[in-house]
Amino acid sequence: MATDGTVRPSLAGAEVVSASLARHRFRPLEGLVWLAMLAGYWLWPEYRPLGSQIFIMCLFVLSLDIVVGYAGIVTLGHAAFFGVGAYTAGLTAIHLSNEPFLGLLTAAVAAGLVGILSGLIVLRTTGLTLMMLTLAIVFVLHEAANKLGSVTGGSDGLQGVTVAPILGLWSLDFFGQTAYIYTGAVLFLGWLFARILVGSPFGRSIVGIRENLVRMRAIGSPVRLRLLVVYGISATMAGIAGALLTQTTQFVSLSAITFTRSGEALIMLILGGVGRLYGAFVGAPIYMLMQDALAKYNPVFWTFWIGLMLVLTVMFARNGVLGLVDSVLAWRRRAA
Amino acid sequence: MTASASLPPLLETQGLSKSFGALVVADSIDLTLRPGARHALIGPNGAGKTTFVNLVTGTLQPTAGRILMGGEEVTGLSPEARVRKGVGRTFQINSLFNRLSVLENVAIAVSERDGFAGRIFRARKAERRAFEEAYAILEGIGIGMEALRPVAEIAYGRQRLVEIAIALALKPKVLLLDEPAAGIPSAESHVVLDVVEALPPDIAVLIIEHDMALVFRLASRITVLVQGAILVEGTPQEIAHDPKVKEVYLGEKSH
Amino acid sequence: MDQILSALVSILFHGLAYGMILYVISVGLSVTMGLMGFANLAHGVFAMAGGYITVTLMNGFGIHFFLALVTACIVVALASVVLERLLYSRLYTASELDQVLFTIGIIFMASAAARYAWGPLPQRMILPESLSGQVDLGFRTFPTYRTFLIVVSGVIIAALWLGIERTRFGAQLRAAVDNRRMAEAIGINTRRLFTATFAVGSGLAALGGGLGADILAIEPAYALEYLVYFLIVVSVGGLGTVKGPFVAAVLLGVTDTTCKYLIPEFGAFFIFLAMIGLLLWRPTGLFGRA
Repeated sequence: MATDGTVRPSLAGAEVVSASLARHRFRPLEGLVWLAMLAGYWLWPEYRPLGSQIFIMCLFVLSLDIVVGYAGIVTLGHAAFFGVGAYTAGLTAIHLSNEPFLGLLTAAVAAGLVGILSGLIVLRTTGLTLMMLTLAIVFVLHEAANKLGSVTGGSDGLQGVTVAPILGLWSLDFFGQTAYIYTGAVLFLGWLFARILVGSPFGRSIVGIRENLVRMRAIGSPVRLRLLVVYGISATMAGIAGALLTQTTQFVSLSAITFTRSGEALIMLILGGVGRLYGAFVGAPIYMLMQDALAKYNPVFWTFWIGLMLVLTVMFARNGVLGLVDSVLAWRRRAA
Repeated sequence: MTASASLPPLLETQGLSKSFGALVVADSIDLTLRPGARHALIGPNGAGKTTFVNLVTGTLQPTAGRILMGGEEVTGLSPEARVRKGVGRTFQINSLFNRLSVLENVAIAVSERDGFAGRIFRARKAERRAFEEAYAILEGIGIGMEALRPVAEIAYGRQRLVEIAIALALKPKVLLLDEPAAGIPSAESHVVLDVVEALPPDIAVLIIEHDMALVFRLASRITVLVQGAILVEGTPQEIAHDPKVKEVYLGEKSH
Repeated sequence: MDQILSALVSILFHGLAYGMILYVISVGLSVTMGLMGFANLAHGVFAMAGGYITVTLMNGFGIHFFLALVTACIVVALASVVLERLLYSRLYTASELDQVLFTIGIIFMASAAARYAWGPLPQRMILPESLSGQVDLGFRTFPTYRTFLIVVSGVIIAALWLGIERTRFGAQLRAAVDNRRMAEAIGINTRRLFTATFAVGSGLAALGGGLGADILAIEPAYALEYLVYFLIVVSVGGLGTVKGPFVAAVLLGVTDTTCKYLIPEFGAFFIFLAMIGLLLWRPTGLFGRA
């Protein structure tokens, strides 16, 4: 891309068009990320259980990146959908069937519906009001889950969730072998979908809404509808992440549906980098590995370091770790 | 070119009024644009020119009066619906998608117009066509070479042209240009002028402009707006020799 | 019948005390959000700090309640100036998301520090003799501490409103909230105004935290726990107004107390539903400008 300010001879139209179309084509580096995640299975077998939990959060943060990073909706309530997914998957397993894919499906549908219904309320507003409404929805759902003890187990959590072997072949074991591959595969599909969404006309139009709402209205875009659709899609993904948590831990706790979980996901997102799809894959592992290490080392004080890291990120590395990598690369290119 | 009086009007406002409390910003404005019209709306600062544009596009709701497009009333329609009826506009201050490339800025409008902007899958062909059309529009106004650059990085004057390109991508029947040359040094304003002169001949253009040289070169009819109301409407010659207009403009020029 | 009336008076009384404390804590947040557009979720940290300082000075050093309160207020206000100049001011132009995350970071650090220094349990405030027991207001008796809260908060609020209506600082503040660019154009130093406002708001929060330590328990999770309440007050009251949050806070205090009394199981549920309804009806709050 000509960014050096000089006027270049006009590229032929065809070249410009193919260059623009190629912007969202897959790059080899992306495959590398997935190979690394696959290699992790053999390289650090003792980390497989943590690995599957990281994958789940990656998927959740990825869904959050779509609303916050791409559509520019600053929500504090994304855990609502994660929680709805988690409980739906648990209840499906207990009352209907413990077939894992059915659990994912019911969770996705329930979370998507809650997403669209709450989106109808929330997306009428912006700024502080929107934040408050999203927050309120998490609290309402949390209270509902807490008070409907006979259904959800209340504050004791939903127990007795079982999961049938995946595809009838592999059961979820204590060492997390199956869970690692299962969650990794679902994350891969989620990423693939997010990747396509972001590169599609729809993806560009939600970025357009983020960048310039007034102009989007002026070119006749049905802004409210687009936001509702993207909110519903993202809620569905978050619900699937919640379902995976239920299936891999065979338990649902009230903590699935708290402001704290929304906050954690936002932190992971900004640590990795907002609005770049890979932020989730960097931020979630960093946060969770830090949490794992720091909590062992100092269980009382570890949130202090997380807080400090957050403050420093916002002050000095607004685009997260990936933004830093970009800057270093750009700097080296200039130096070369 | 003169607008043919025999063709039905593309845009018509009847007694269009808007007030905020006691403040009247549009006072019973009647204006008619026929196919091929090159109509200028001039007037001192605060005369209500941009308000008029906002009323026509639906950003503001009028307190009284009607807006018709092709004889059909659109007064109650949303801004989006009016765009689909054929109203395109540019903004007085650049209003672009700063983090997208010049080409994407235009393609986003093409895809909205063609109705595939909400698509996630199977959009590749439509997308290619949108990019091709967007590029053709950029070529047509002489900024094809900027297509791949982020729009925030190109010169301000060229950003003004992207404003017009986005509006053109909607294939409007009525194009409202809100001070297209604002912010460009007058030595360079001819670039915008050339683009406006080369607009498709069948669309109706309403141009709001301060630069009198520009107005007299482009417009075949001029409406002078003062304090939200029409002072006078006529051909450039009539306006140039109108004593009331002179008074308003001399008053304006002197401070 | 008498019993119902008595319960009603009692609920109103407790709700009023609670609401006024919420207001004293939250009013600074409303002004900073309205004036600077800064989403400071960490506002509760100042109230928490005020609470810890007050309780520590009283329990640890035997300093009198009033003196401890004043000290907490001054210390927190000064500390907030340092924070504002050093950190907050750099983020005034940042995105909402950055502000939210930055202030969540501050909450994390503050609550970890509090847990480290004071442990995880809520601090018990031993009220001075003069504030414990009941006071007879003629027609019936009320708990002295809560009566005291209402009176002191009332005095603070009156002083605050007079300050905003009558002083030069208040006039500048109103002008800046109304139209910041215009205020700058007529020579008001908005930077200094921001800092001063921030300090006053934080000092008030500290005062509220200390005063209300018996209602809103001082514990490490304080800033996060009560954040929602502060935010409700601000968003329902309307950003940038001083009187709106008062109405919202008293409404919230009374409603919350009523719910806890009548339907303890579903109290929070009802409050949030009410808030959702209210914000849908008036997205800018009861007294906010569109």
